[in-house]
Amino acid sequence: MNAFFATVRRDLLLAMRRKSEVLTAVFFFVIVTSLFPLGIGPEPVLLKKIAPGILWVAALLATLLGLPRLFAADHVDGTLEQMALSPSPLGLLVAGKILAHWLLCGLPLVLLAPVLGLQFDLDASALGILTLALLLGTPLLSLIGAIGAALTLGVRGGGVLLALLILPLYIPALIFGAGAVEAHIAGLEVGGHLSLLAAMLVLAAFFAPWATTAALRIALE
Amino acid sequence: MLNVSGLACSRGERRLFADVGFSLAAGEWLHVQGENGSGKTSLMRLLVGLSPADAGTVSWRDGATPSVEFRRDLIYLGHHAAVKEDLTPLENLRLAAALDGIELDERAALAALIRLGLRGREELPVRVLSAGQKRRVLLARLLTRPAVLWVLDEAFNALDVAAVKLLGDLIAEHLAGGGMAVLTSHQPLPVPGGKALVL
Repeated sequence: MNAFFATVRRDLLLAMRRKSEVLTAVFFFVIVTSLFPLGIGPEPVLLKKIAPGILWVAALLATLLGLPRLFAADHVDGTLEQMALSPSPLGLLVAGKILAHWLLCGLPLVLLAPVLGLQFDLDASALGILTLALLLGTPLLSLIGAIGAALTLGVRGGGVLLALLILPLYIPALIFGAGAVEAHIAGLEVGGHLSLLAAMLVLAAFFAPWATTAALRIALE
Repeated sequence: MLNVSGLACSRGERRLFADVGFSLAAGEWLHVQGENGSGKTSLMRLLVGLSPADAGTVSWRDGATPSVEFRRDLIYLGHHAAVKEDLTPLENLRLAAALDGIELDERAALAALIRLGLRGREELPVRVLSAGQKRRVLLARLLTRPAVLWVLDEAFNALDVAAVKLLGDLIAEHLAGGGMAVLTSHQPLPVPGGKALVL
């Protein structure tokens, strides 16, 4: 497990030396979600209705922004090769990289969402559900995204291919994540939505590092 | 301990080499020679298990590879810098060790960097170092990671005369301690003895 935490520490340290890359995704999220209320104008009913969808789509695209860089730098400078040859299991190191990606690209979105949700006239309890849904959903986005990032590693124009590959897989997370907030606003029970999100997260946490590792080994050949 | 037999590799239609075999015992080293494009690097990558061979086997301590046991005993340094430009040599060395599951204290890491002639550079970002110095940061890993088999692909590139001699000494010490090495290089190597394999 030490190797796992070492990978997380290493990726966080690298991100701190290159803050702009992390901040891009966060600013993207803030700007996109702020453009909608400005464009639509003061119509609380409409804004409230579209809020969950917009916040979720923005979170999804913001996560996608950071994904091509997840393995690319390590691939180019050869550190990925060293990881593959390390006595520590590659799957463990990959899991560490995914966790670091979520801490850098996912967690800030979760923390910002309640503030940005205020622009859409969401009340406190709806903001709570939104945050909870994102807390369950953003790690899922990072996990699924890592598979795509590994599959498109070293491919020319990989960024576009990555989006085409991964965005369809994000649909279930989008439906249940945004659905939870919509259901709450409509006065319905949200337990089902959140449970499904959590179930998908557990499933992805189990299989995604393994699938990512397999894809990386192919990319290294 | 290292037994290689019948290795074959092709790139597309072109066969690079076939039926390559050799074995190394403690204290022996192999010099892989050949023209540009003859498949030296491909052989190294097959050997360490980064890419699969068309045919043939590599066994280590009578067990099949790749295995965790093999990777624990192995250091492979290839063409890539394999160091992070934004980190200092000290951080690079310690994090690389941590990723391998080894706790490396600062004093040991510093001693390795000093041996490689990087005194005074340990707190600079690697980005500002020269190509040869980056290479030395990578080579410091040979001192901090206990491994039996060193697989060094063109390790003497970009090194100055003093560093070539230093690396030769390191390899000789490693062999004297019962280690093994597989090296590729176009130059005659400053290491005595050794088997040769021409691709």
